[in-house]
Amino acid sequence: MGVRERVEIDATGIPYRELNARLREAVENGAERIDLYNVCGQRYIGSGLHKPVEIHIHGTPGNDLAAFMDGPRIIVHGNAQDGCGNTMNGGEVIIHGRAGDAIGYAMRGGKVFVRDDVGYRVGIHIKEYQEQRPIIVIGGTAQHFLGEYMAGGVLVVLGLSLAPGERHIATYIGTGMHGGVIYVRGEIAPHQLGREVGCVPLDERDETLLRQLVGEYAAHFDRDPAAILDRPFTKLVPLSSRPYGRLYAY
Amino acid sequence: MCGLIGIIDTSGARFSGRDIVAGITAMEERGNGLGAGFAVYGCYPQYADCYAFHVMYTNPDGRPQVEVFLREHFLVVHAEEVPHRTVSDLPNPPLIWRYFLQPPFTIPDEAQYVVERVMRVNTAGLGAYIYASGKNVGVFKGVGHPGQIAEYFGVEEYSGYLWTAHTRFPTNTPGWWGGAHPFGLLDWTVVHNGEISSYGTNRRYLEMMGYHCTMQTDTEVIAYAADFLMRRHSLPVEIAAQVLAAPLWNEIARMEAAEQRLARTLRQVYGPLLINGPFTVIIARHGEMIGLGDRIRLRPLTAAVCGDRLYLASEEAPIRLICPQPERVWTPLGGEPVVGRLKTPLQDEGILVWVESPMYAV
Repeated sequence: MGVRERVEIDATGIPYRELNARLREAVENGAERIDLYNVCGQRYIGSGLHKPVEIHIHGTPGNDLAAFMDGPRIIVHGNAQDGCGNTMNGGEVIIHGRAGDAIGYAMRGGKVFVRDDVGYRVGIHIKEYQEQRPIIVIGGTAQHFLGEYMAGGVLVVLGLSLAPGERHIATYIGTGMHGGVIYVRGEIAPHQLGREVGCVPLDERDETLLRQLVGEYAAHFDRDPAAILDRPFTKLVPLSSRPYGRLYAY
Repeated sequence: MCGLIGIIDTSGARFSGRDIVAGITAMEERGNGLGAGFAVYGCYPQYADCYAFHVMYTNPDGRPQVEVFLREHFLVVHAEEVPHRTVSDLPNPPLIWRYFLQPPFTIPDEAQYVVERVMRVNTAGLGAYIYASGKNVGVFKGVGHPGQIAEYFGVEEYSGYLWTAHTRFPTNTPGWWGGAHPFGLLDWTVVHNGEISSYGTNRRYLEMMGYHCTMQTDTEVIAYAADFLMRRHSLPVEIAAQVLAAPLWNEIARMEAAEQRLARTLRQVYGPLLINGPFTVIIARHGEMIGLGDRIRLRPLTAAVCGDRLYLASEEAPIRLICPQPERVWTPLGGEPVVGRLKTPLQDEGILVWVESPMYAV
């Protein structure tokens, strides 16, 4: 395998600035696949990259993985921390594990797939514009403030980690939401929703979108999409496009 | 944005500071070199029955007076300057001594006796600060990055069954040696990531209860609040957590009647001790390590179980540096304490299961 095609970097003991410089250099030199081994807490991996390269991360990447990323596909063989996909514009992040808080923070495009659970504020202020419609799919369950200040894009929470009869515990879902849509597989009680959010029935376009996204999730993590689609989804949308329009009006 | 990490070996096995130094230095990015520190439990086995006062002398002239005071109020079993190396890029380290003390006679409320004397020294205007006062507890802290402070005090040469560490990024208060975390009183130590906007209210209330804040850092109130709630008022951790990180009113409205009454009563009785401002803290005492975040999780906390050990840290990666394959990794919910106790295996995440467990026997 030539240097141009596949590059391997052992990240042991390498501070994040140096690691990212080496990564950028490999991308500039035309690598098509880069494997980072022994990653442990280095931040901003993939940040700002815009070539269609595939990066495999073996270990635990630090905060802000794929921040401002615009095109590559990152596959994490392990858990991700906070801020993954921060202001991401394009590309894909696929996490074979769990992820932390503020995943997809201010995300503008691209897709993030998390196999297991996530923390707080996932999808906070995620936004869309014309063809740029970011997607976050969570296989497990999310903690509180899911979709806080959501302005666009799609969040999907599948709840596959919940035991039979166990419910999603997230509250303040969609607090400040004014765009976009959240699909949750399973039931959500009214008290779990932010004031700006309403529950509406799914239509054909929703079903088509879910089939597509669940199909992609299932392909990434070797699951049966039919079993996932077999349970009803709850669809959450904003009640207003300007929930705070009257905040300072007298 | 500070960083913190804590490790307890629930079997009571003592381990060296090497692990925690590796963990906290991996998070040096979270601090800015204006403070770092370590707490260790079980590190003074030869003086295990003595209160280990760690005293920082910003003015070396204060030492004779402080030592006279200590000899008047305690039996001084042993006294020495805290051993340290020379680290060239640590600016002006203050003189730091440690005194191993016992009460001079049998005292009904020994802990209170100790607290009052600590407060007296700290408010005496001598530039001397007793920043740790627990039995068999060591605190090593100062202005520097964690690696520098570890090097200065030789942290890796100490052993204990419970360690906490911190790297500081001060935002409101000066970065001085006494302002580094952990903050200690008796065997309580606290490391904190965040900002306590309720500091003024908390401080005034605690002052009425005999605790004087002298370290110019908001985190100090949490150490005193922990002592007040859990020692003086004997509140169990779950209840103290409901004061420090009170459930929100809409959550209270959905509680069962009895639970609601308790939640409202706690807010009424301990109103001025509710902590406002983003926080994640690791509070430790002998036998117990407590991780707690604010109700709306404005600062991170990751927990992990690895064999006999419970880990708490601001990020997952430093835990994996020490334990590459934990059995379980999770992010506890805001306001719900995670507790690791000696001789007590963890069961449910975020919830205490054991009510009675033997305290660490020295």
